[in-house]
Amino acid sequence: MLVLTRKNGETIKIGDDIEITIVASKNDQVKIGIKAPKNVEIYRKEIYDMITSENQQASKDISALLKFMSKSEKN
Amino acid sequence: MKIQTKYHGEIEVTEFLQFEKGIPGFPDEKKFTLIPLSDDGVFTVLQSAETPQLAFILSSPFNFFKEYDFQLEDSVVEELNLESEEDVVVYSILTVQDPFEKTTANLQAPVIINSKNSKAKQVILHTFDYKTKHPIFEKVKG
Repeated sequence: MLVLTRKNGETIKIGDDIEITIVASKNDQVKIGIKAPKNVEIYRKEIYDMITSENQQASKDISALLKFMSKSEKN
Repeated sequence: MKIQTKYHGEIEVTEFLQFEKGIPGFPDEKKFTLIPLSDDGVFTVLQSAETPQLAFILSSPFNFFKEYDFQLEDSVVEELNLESEEDVVVYSILTVQDPFEKTTANLQAPVIINSKNSKAKQVILHTFDYKTKHPIFEKVKG
């Protein structure tokens, strides 16, 4: 990982189309501004990881649903 | 085209959904098809056309959450070439639990389909109103 130190207001350029600016920083919170093309998706990583993990769970065994359906069909 | 499925054996499919960017956790899975699971239309399977063992259970979130509401960002509208709100179909991926009554819906990342061109995407909402696990059989308190 490339680690750079920036002050408030300074910017980092990534590739041709992406820029990251430190908008403000206070205590341990940093406000980061991101300029990127519309087709580049930007997420808080922990949110993205949560969605990924939820999808992986959801793709697993659904025997409970099949049991539920066969119960309601009997009624 | 014939495909192998997780819950329906081998089936003939004529219509596929294109997830150009795959879905989070499965970036290479770009082709899926919808297969009804229950006769009442409440549960549908999102079946990978390429990986028979990969399938998700979907339901329309409005079956369980009548107030569910969100805005689609312009970038998503463009990516799916959406021309009208009427062409939008929304599904939630369910995480089935045992017992089934504990099943949850991922309202934070709905699956959005453009019914006109079959382009689809799982959209991660930036709002804090919805989470990844909403029990489908509990009334929201408030």
